[in-house]
Amino acid sequence: MPIKYSKKVLEYFLNPKNIGEMENPDVVVEEGNPVCGDMLRMFLKVKDGKIEDIKFLSFGCAANIATGSILTELVKGKTLEEAKKITMKDVAEKLGGLPPIKMHCAILAAKALHKAIEEYEKKTNK
Amino acid sequence: MKKIVYLDNERTTMVAKEVIEAMIPYMSEYYGHPASLHTLGQQAYDAIEQSAETIAETINAKPDEIVFTSCGTEANDFAIRGVAYANRNRGRHIITTRIEHPSIMRITEELAKQGFKIDYLEVDKEGFIDLRQLENLLTDETILVSIMHVNHEIGTIEPIKEVGKLLKEKKQKIYFHVDGQSSYAKVPINVQDFNIDLLTLSSHKIHGPKGVGALYIRQGTKIEPIFKGYISVQRLRPGTENIPGIVGFAKAAEIAFANFEENVSHMRGLRDKLIKGIEDNIPEVLLHGPRGDKRSPANVNFSFKYIEGESITLHLDMYGICVSTGSACASRKLEPSHVLTAIGVPPEIAHGSIMFSLSRYNTEEEIDYVLDVLPKVIGKLRSISPLTPESLKKSGE
Repeated sequence: MPIKYSKKVLEYFLNPKNIGEMENPDVVVEEGNPVCGDMLRMFLKVKDGKIEDIKFLSFGCAANIATGSILTELVKGKTLEEAKKITMKDVAEKLGGLPPIKMHCAILAAKALHKAIEEYEKKTNK
Repeated sequence: MKKIVYLDNERTTMVAKEVIEAMIPYMSEYYGHPASLHTLGQQAYDAIEQSAETIAETINAKPDEIVFTSCGTEANDFAIRGVAYANRNRGRHIITTRIEHPSIMRITEELAKQGFKIDYLEVDKEGFIDLRQLENLLTDETILVSIMHVNHEIGTIEPIKEVGKLLKEKKQKIYFHVDGQSSYAKVPINVQDFNIDLLTLSSHKIHGPKGVGALYIRQGTKIEPIFKGYISVQRLRPGTENIPGIVGFAKAAEIAFANFEENVSHMRGLRDKLIKGIEDNIPEVLLHGPRGDKRSPANVNFSFKYIEGESITLHLDMYGICVSTGSACASRKLEPSHVLTAIGVPPEIAHGSIMFSLSRYNTEEEIDYVLDVLPKVIGKLRSISPLTPESLKKSGE
């Protein structure tokens, strides 16, 4: 394998967090494309301006699953404004770094989050 | 220690114990330079000669038609560029296939930049070339045809004998190069019967050491050395020869060919057990490459729909099972396998491909273990994929 992952990435890949379907989410978004080999579906539930619950499903590599896990952990319980500030760099840093070629996986997870918040705000006419 | 089930033998193999033992004296005792006149030098020289004899015998060639290289990649480069440069005054047309190893494709792409015309043969959904397309592409300008014997990803055995016959019937000399790295010691090769002019072989795919390969060059072939410089013993391939590696390569060939039929039928049995076990126990899978006698005895390649190959590979690794994937996620280029693309596999399916490649050292018990672990891993990954249909999730697969 030409790609070397940090211990933390492998840990989160093998024991993913917040992964699975969500019943009655406020928003569901998709980011990425199976043709490119990476796709993420994210479920979001908001209460009093805070992220009450967040879950995801992943068609993708170890980096995709690990970034989804750490990102959802990071933002759970945070306000939407706080969550908006989370970037792919924060995600990668929390994971002890990602191989450069895998940075697009971190972008995917962060993009999905921002898209989900945007859709929620549109839906609630904020 | 964690149990290891090594099913990545297409990448490289375990070095056989007998091979290691054969190599050691050529580092500790017979360490001379083959170009030296003294006894130690002569021992090294003899080692090259005897090794060439052993290798030559396995493909029905003559010992002085074997040139040792540093690996298969070098042998492929040497064959393609060596023949192209030496014959460019006669013509600049080369034909190869869409499914060659990168060590061929990168070289033909390079030659195209240098003014050679390269045609790539298409393959069908099982990976076979079309002899009629080849015949139609041949012109008076054609100097070289290069076709792999066995595909390194999907195990397709190409009709090399028929190609050799076709090229021999032509008026002008068209050199025929065959990359035999994935077929050597698994599928019979006879350079006389197949009319092969150049054949690439690699040591580390047959339980020999890494760092040594060979190119068979038929006597009378017009070829230019790619390495220039200090000539030790091999006129066409300058540089001090890797004597321990060469000795190990020959020993590996000797052992592999001593029980050729037995090894092949053992691998074929495991191959068919694995294919049947996967198809019987896991839904929505797709075997890549042909079935039966036209498939390498050592190759199994499946796509598992709705999930991605790197994730499968890393999960299997946790159980000690070593495999490879054709997914873009596991490559530096982020593109799916060019072989799977060439046989018409859509990218989202190619991303879920896993290659299991066997050796004579694998056992029935190991295959049973894989068949026990694999459905669990596939089921787990499918349960967290947004693409998995509900019906499949509910059935617990």
